[in-house]
Amino acid sequence: MSEHIVPIKIYLSIWLTLMVLTGVTIWVAYYDLKQFSVIVALSIAVFKALLVVLYFMHVRYSSRLTKVIIAAGVFWLIILIALTFSDYWTRNWQAAF
Amino acid sequence: MAESHAATVEGSGPSTTALAHHFEDMEQQREAGTLGMWVFLITEIMFFGGMFLAYTLYRSKYPDEFARGSRELSILLGGINTVVLIGSSLTMAMAVHSAQTGNRKKLIGFLAVTLLLGLTFLGIKAVEYTEKFEHHHFPGVNFKLGEHSETASQVAQKPDGAAAQPQAQKPVLDSKRVQLFFWIYFAMTGMHALHMIIGAGALSFLIYYSRKGRYTPEYYAPVELTGLYWHFVDIVWIFLFPLLYLLGLHE
Repeated sequence: MSEHIVPIKIYLSIWLTLMVLTGVTIWVAYYDLKQFSVIVALSIAVFKALLVVLYFMHVRYSSRLTKVIIAAGVFWLIILIALTFSDYWTRNWQAAF
Repeated sequence: MAESHAATVEGSGPSTTALAHHFEDMEQQREAGTLGMWVFLITEIMFFGGMFLAYTLYRSKYPDEFARGSRELSILLGGINTVVLIGSSLTMAMAVHSAQTGNRKKLIGFLAVTLLLGLTFLGIKAVEYTEKFEHHHFPGVNFKLGEHSETASQVAQKPDGAAAQPQAQKPVLDSKRVQLFFWIYFAMTGMHALHMIIGAGALSFLIYYSRKGRYTPEYYAPVELTGLYWHFVDIVWIFLFPLLYLLGLHE
């Protein structure tokens, strides 16, 4: 299963997509979308990362165990960010009331 | 049991040396290698994740200063580096493909191109760093921003006449907060560059041994796993580029 050989055509189209998305990120950054600029920039980056992980890193063709391990790692990162921000965002509630 | 396994592999040809004695078969060995590499990469995700967290936190606290600091970075150089790195990911993937199909010449060629692109990235990064040091953008006692938008501490240092002048519509920025942006910039791109240097070392190792003919379609785990590492470093940059270079473009 991990022996799966990805066709060159797929590699090239992934590369092309990544290049186009890089262009899109730069182009969209010139517009002031207020708080949405971050969301747009991050969405494009996450999508690019997904393409690299799934195709260049062959995760799409990997075993379920590998996929679960990776998902667990990403989940742990989300915990790190979510718990930290749940603290910082709620620190000044006392002062506000 | 184990002997019968060894016997079946032996029967299939020259791949016997590729199978380490503690694995049942090639499939299990490959699976274990991939999984082990991913566990390592997850520690890397957490490592860079901590820095991304620091970035997110301080950017949300000091948005104006972060945008100001970001404007000092060269989008042209950062953009070129993004293209270079994504290109190197493609050639790395092609190198793995060449190893899988047993094309040694192409394997060496693609590894060499990947190494060359990696070194190009580091070269451009060095140019950027030099520029930053020359312009006193490295955080510390010598830190200062350009004439056009003075930071609070610099305004305070000037004789009274100059302090009254600065453009009224622009918010006065806190120099220390801008320095915080540059701290994060140097920490994150510096760690990323260090990973690139290690990756370049791994690639040189691979080129040396693929010239010796060590890798075959049965055994190319080092190529595959170095590929995973290289792509991971690429992904880190995919996030760093928009977050550090592009956040203050408009206005």
